[in-house]
Amino acid sequence: MKEKEQREQLMLVSSAPHIRSGESIPKVMWSVVLALAPAAAYSVYLFGTPALVLIGVGVGSAVLAEVLIRLLLRKPLTALDGSAVITGLLLAMNLPPAAPGWMAAVGSVFAVIVVKQLFGGLGFNLFNPALAARALLMASWPVYMTTAWHRFSGENVLSPASLNGAGLPPAVYDTLTRATPLGLLRDGPRILADAGLGTEPLYQIVSSPGMMKSLFMGNVGGCIGETSALLLLAGALFLLFRKIITWHIPAAYAGTVAVLAAIYYFATGCPCWRMMPLFHLLSGGMVLGAFFMATDMVTSPVSRKGMLLFGAGCGIITFVIRLWGGYPEGVSYSILIMNALVPLIDRLTKPKVFGAKERPRS
Amino acid sequence: MFSRFGWGVHPPESKAGTKGLKFINLPIPHTCYIPLQQHVGAPARPAVNKGDLVSEGQLIGSADGMISAHVHSSIPGKVADIAPVLTVYGQQMAVIIEAEGSFSASGRQQPSGDWSALSGAQIRDRVRDAGVVGLGGAAFPTAVKLSPPEGKKIDTLIVNGAECEPYLTVDDMLMQSFPDAVIEGTRIALTALGISSAVIGVEDNKKAAIAALKKALAQLNPRETIKIKKLGTRYPQGAEKQMIESLLGRRVPSGGLPMDVGVIVQNVGTILAIRDAAAYEMPLFSRFMTVAGRAIARPGNYKVRIGMRLADIVDECGGFVEPPAKIVMGGPMCGVSVPSLDIPVVKGTSGVLFLTRKEATHADYAPCIRCGACVAACPIRLLPCDLGNAMEKDRPDLALKLNPRDCIMCGCCSYVCPSRRPLSHFIKLAQERTKPDTAAQA
Repeated sequence: MKEKEQREQLMLVSSAPHIRSGESIPKVMWSVVLALAPAAAYSVYLFGTPALVLIGVGVGSAVLAEVLIRLLLRKPLTALDGSAVITGLLLAMNLPPAAPGWMAAVGSVFAVIVVKQLFGGLGFNLFNPALAARALLMASWPVYMTTAWHRFSGENVLSPASLNGAGLPPAVYDTLTRATPLGLLRDGPRILADAGLGTEPLYQIVSSPGMMKSLFMGNVGGCIGETSALLLLAGALFLLFRKIITWHIPAAYAGTVAVLAAIYYFATGCPCWRMMPLFHLLSGGMVLGAFFMATDMVTSPVSRKGMLLFGAGCGIITFVIRLWGGYPEGVSYSILIMNALVPLIDRLTKPKVFGAKERPRS
Repeated sequence: MFSRFGWGVHPPESKAGTKGLKFINLPIPHTCYIPLQQHVGAPARPAVNKGDLVSEGQLIGSADGMISAHVHSSIPGKVADIAPVLTVYGQQMAVIIEAEGSFSASGRQQPSGDWSALSGAQIRDRVRDAGVVGLGGAAFPTAVKLSPPEGKKIDTLIVNGAECEPYLTVDDMLMQSFPDAVIEGTRIALTALGISSAVIGVEDNKKAAIAALKKALAQLNPRETIKIKKLGTRYPQGAEKQMIESLLGRRVPSGGLPMDVGVIVQNVGTILAIRDAAAYEMPLFSRFMTVAGRAIARPGNYKVRIGMRLADIVDECGGFVEPPAKIVMGGPMCGVSVPSLDIPVVKGTSGVLFLTRKEATHADYAPCIRCGACVAACPIRLLPCDLGNAMEKDRPDLALKLNPRDCIMCGCCSYVCPSRRPLSHFIKLAQERTKPDTAAQA
């Protein structure tokens, strides 16, 4: 009798394949959250409560915005798939520590509702939501976005432990340390020229072992989530191991920046040109951007060749903005610009079909 | 695992349930439902009438036209009916035979097995008479494949022992159990093709099969050049085009056939059927297959009569230990799921899987997140994500530009998709919708 019942139950019928890899969107997204967690936790340790507030408000408002807009659009709720959490977290990690909490909320809501859901939701957005929101905040509240840095002691933004004085007059040195590392690189020559000094001490500071160590460990000023290269790389390794990201975009991105920096500083006769590529790679949002934002699946090319092109483009634009642009840092704009070029890149890098004689023209 | 590196995928092999299990003859069913079309091409014409008494191995359907194949009775008995039945290929005419009488073919005196005097044409005739078709699953008439058209120069025969599909172990066990016969069958196929060079490709997870073949080759020491080559274990290693590239470094042109690069590929099971046909004049009315999946009580490798219904197989294999959620004929990556246990085994059935709800992952799909996993997995280098998006929007015109007809339906794209999109289904749809004749009507 039991057997008969079993035989009469309905069978699932579908087209092949009948087995699937265990991968799913929530697994992918929560893995990214997990990978970002160490760097985010460290930001709270380094910058204290303000960082915690920014992260809390950023993540909370992103999730809330996702729930509300999906209810309003009468679409299935997706807030638990982890993608809104990533957006809120990444946005918060891209804010200066002393930025007010409401900025994180404005950014997250804009990112989730305008940049992501109004374009059709996860998978349909053209731009990285967190970066587009950062661009909005940058345009709306530039003073907060470029000066709301954490002061470690007095006016010192650069680093909690002062680097060696580099033989500079204390007043000049104090002025120099009122900037983030990239700000130092940008404004240093002017400050030194005002004091009647050459640029040599500046390059000595930025290429010193102490500076490199601070940048690697995260013991420097900057946006809350971008400081510790070590912890970000640890998260990135996890994502590489999980095969959620591949090496193509980060390698092309970092490689391009490193090569450009080496060429530029060598050509301009900088005595420390050998160390400058490393400085550019470890400072600012480079590590966070290359491994966690440029690699955003939705807004990057699908083929490996396209990914290499995309990464190289990010690298060129980042370096150009850092050297000649209006802001000291160019990571977020470079990725946004390359996001816009993804459809074109995908078209140009369409893989050659197995056994085809020529690339199909389309 | 999520595979973004290199083409293809490496799904869990799930072969442990039947690996190394020796072949068992399943008892003869009382009734066989033998479809007249178990092959690519035209259906066979019925050669018997209702009420006729037939003997085991008797011709009951004769090949109709160039691309077709004979069908033989798997059991002695009476033709109860010639009627449409549900098969793995859809509703088809079948000869229904109820067992009666004696087993003349299985019990008869074996012919000598000496084929050395046969010419290529004689071998091809015997293969055609025996109704041999590709047993790997495609079921293309073997005699046709052994007769390449004039102007196509063939230099190499590839014997496909890759068995890259998860769950299936039948080819592995054929190579382990009958290595001498595999070598002999390869020699017969070479003779039929009039060439002298063959490569047997086996995935490196079948160490025992490779060892058995090597030993047989050393002992038999044939005058033809037969090589045994290890292949990396990666799905779809056994797909013709991938196999040819792995073994010979040749690429079958887009839209072309293996013979365009001088190669004929035959599955090991087919090679054994060729041998049985040529050396023993034994028609193809039974086949070896794997029965697996967590739902079945006694998984294993069995010799089964063509036309035996799945219900009878379930009975002989101890019934179900838990209710199956999905029944698949063939492997889990490109097999066909069937709705009923009334479906009969056909020549192309390499396995039957009784999958539990947990094994047969079934979930709603979400939009594409452009992760590129399908692009990295596609062995043909298509853009499955874009093809899926085009067909989801019902835009076959967009899909057509993405070369859907090059797809080999391996299923890797659907397998890796984190959004669980039925990508290979969308591509199949694109193939159907962009057929030259139907596109003109649309």
